[in-house]
Amino acid sequence: MTQAANASELATIGAEVDASATPVPVAVRKGMWGSGPGDVSGFGGISRPVVRHRRASRPYGSWFDVVVDRLIALVPQLPDEVSTDHDELTVYVPKQLLLEVVRVVRDDAQLRFETCPSVSGIHYPDEPGAELHVVYNLISMTHNRRLRLEVVTAEDDPLIDSVTEVYPHANWHERETWDMFGVIFVGHPGLTRILMPDDWDGHPQLKDYPLGGVPVEFKGAQVPPADERRSY
Amino acid sequence: MAKTTDDQDMLDSTPEQSAVEPARSSEAIVDATDSDDMSDADATDSYDGADSDVTGAYDDVAGEEVDETAPTEYMIHGGDFDDVVAAQRDRGDETIVINMGPQHPSTHGVLRLEVELDGETVTSIRPAIGFLHTGIEKSMEFRTWSQGSAFATRMDYIMPMFNETVYCLAVEKLLGVEVPERASVLRVLVMELNRIASHLVALGTGGMEIGALTMMTIAFREREMILDFFEALCGTRMNHAYVRPGGVSIDLPDNGLAQLRTVIEWLHRHLPEYAGFCNENPIFKGRMVDIATMTLSQAMALGVTGPPLRASGYPWDLRKKQPYCGYETYDFDVITWDTNDAYGRFRVRLSEMWESLKIVEQCYEKLERTAGQPHMFTDPKLGMPGDLTVGPDGQGNSYAHVKKIMGNSMEALIQHFKLVTEGFRVPAGQAYVAIESPKGELGCHLVSDGGTRPYRAHFRDPGFHNLQAVPLLCEGGMMSDIVVAVASLDPVLGGVDR
Repeated sequence: MTQAANASELATIGAEVDASATPVPVAVRKGMWGSGPGDVSGFGGISRPVVRHRRASRPYGSWFDVVVDRLIALVPQLPDEVSTDHDELTVYVPKQLLLEVVRVVRDDAQLRFETCPSVSGIHYPDEPGAELHVVYNLISMTHNRRLRLEVVTAEDDPLIDSVTEVYPHANWHERETWDMFGVIFVGHPGLTRILMPDDWDGHPQLKDYPLGGVPVEFKGAQVPPADERRSY
Repeated sequence: MAKTTDDQDMLDSTPEQSAVEPARSSEAIVDATDSDDMSDADATDSYDGADSDVTGAYDDVAGEEVDETAPTEYMIHGGDFDDVVAAQRDRGDETIVINMGPQHPSTHGVLRLEVELDGETVTSIRPAIGFLHTGIEKSMEFRTWSQGSAFATRMDYIMPMFNETVYCLAVEKLLGVEVPERASVLRVLVMELNRIASHLVALGTGGMEIGALTMMTIAFREREMILDFFEALCGTRMNHAYVRPGGVSIDLPDNGLAQLRTVIEWLHRHLPEYAGFCNENPIFKGRMVDIATMTLSQAMALGVTGPPLRASGYPWDLRKKQPYCGYETYDFDVITWDTNDAYGRFRVRLSEMWESLKIVEQCYEKLERTAGQPHMFTDPKLGMPGDLTVGPDGQGNSYAHVKKIMGNSMEALIQHFKLVTEGFRVPAGQAYVAIESPKGELGCHLVSDGGTRPYRAHFRDPGFHNLQAVPLLCEGGMMSDIVVAVASLDPVLGGVDR
């Protein structure tokens, strides 16, 4: 078995990225530990940029080039923006092209991603105009491949086409994403809350939605609720 | 779904209490505001009128138009069912809307089914979920990566080891590390034992619901042996948090292999009983054969995975197709069945338990071979440096490690303290890992922003997804087959609602 990655390898993560295709880092993390002075770990000099949506450059490797080429051949407007982090292919899809792309990836024999096992959202409140990301994880049982589509929308315009007409089983996943993030899936047959009560206010997975909780007394000391504790 | 309400048929004398159906989805039978209206109208009503006016008609959440020609609908909240039958006898329509659950023994937790019946035939069924939503995904965003394991295990509490493992595999993918071989073997061991336990619960409760009570009693007897082994291994029977990012929390106890041998022998002795009880039992087959059918093309359209997919003939098993935890080194078969029905799903689960037992026996050999090897990654930047042992005071501690850090190295002490209080960092990025749980594809989508806590954790629970097939399985069938259909999907609402 391979040894666990050592710290110097970790330190170089982010350095091997093609600078031209890489979005600007949103933050820089310094040192081995989170906060305060006195980093005596010997790794106090580490400086790692936090790059969120790292773009890969060609060749993408593995079967990724074939799939991306085919996808762009079928949907010519699709920008060639993908990520291959962790050997997973993520295609960044402009939201007006989403329906066209999912139709193609399901129906084309060379792509043939038959099902969409998972849809979920991510909230980045610090990305103006692109606060809400919706992630579709697709699987091709024919070719034994997985593909992720990532779609971005603004929080004040949270409209994304529903993929239920292509993947009917995405129904509940989209309802959950609406429930948790407030993304409105246009064309969904019944976009209602699914996990929270119908009359609930707000969308709990948004970052500005509080976790809630009460302080707990333990052996005479007060432990604050989880979202008020120190974070690193 | 326009609903009208005929107030004189309210058989309950306290409408304020009676109509408090929690309106949870678009299919909600009656809007919460209905109850206010009816309480005004009915407060002193004696319920003897025969043809009074319709009192309330409401749009549902989706905002559809009210259909004035919709058939009369009754709200039944206790009382004598004969009264309803008598009132209904003179009418032409036969549709009855029944709210099944959320507190119902055969809904595997708190599943609510809104059923429309024509006589005893199901014309429409809509599952409503969310009654056990605990915000696990949100809570995980406020804990360290290591603590996430203790949250994930509580989702589908029938298969905790799978929840933990899929989460840890996703964390390790983001970290870019591989765990030691012995850790992977221990993971496979607990997962396969857990698969047997989960299938036992599926068969046992599924049998109980159709009257085969012995199935339940013997299934829980066998499951008890497995839970005893888990307890000896990590201290808890459920909610183990045994699988942690980097490996597993603790190695086998000294007599662990002997205990494992006992479990294996016990299962060898008792697993044949299920086949003997059920496989050719005419009552059992009468309830299961050709019930809740789903063909392969239907299963693919609905994205169903796990035993329901394999019972329609497709040998799709992520352990074979996309191996993880070293499953490619184990010898086992993927079980399929070709009848598309609840009986086929039962047989798939039954045979899968034997395949799991085969894997457990191979784990036994691997554990013998890897004795003494690490069960957790040894990188001091990520892993806890000391192994906890229970001291004479009953507290967990690692005396050798305490001695070392107190006597030799202040830096090691700080390192340990920081690892415990802050946790390690995970490079920014996202990963989706899927494993073959007893119920189908269990996925974990993790997003990191480079910090010590998950930025976003999402779990794709197979029960959540597969429950979407309930209308397909039930509509057109008999009311009594609903429980068979739901049990054949084996949803666990802790995982469905998370």
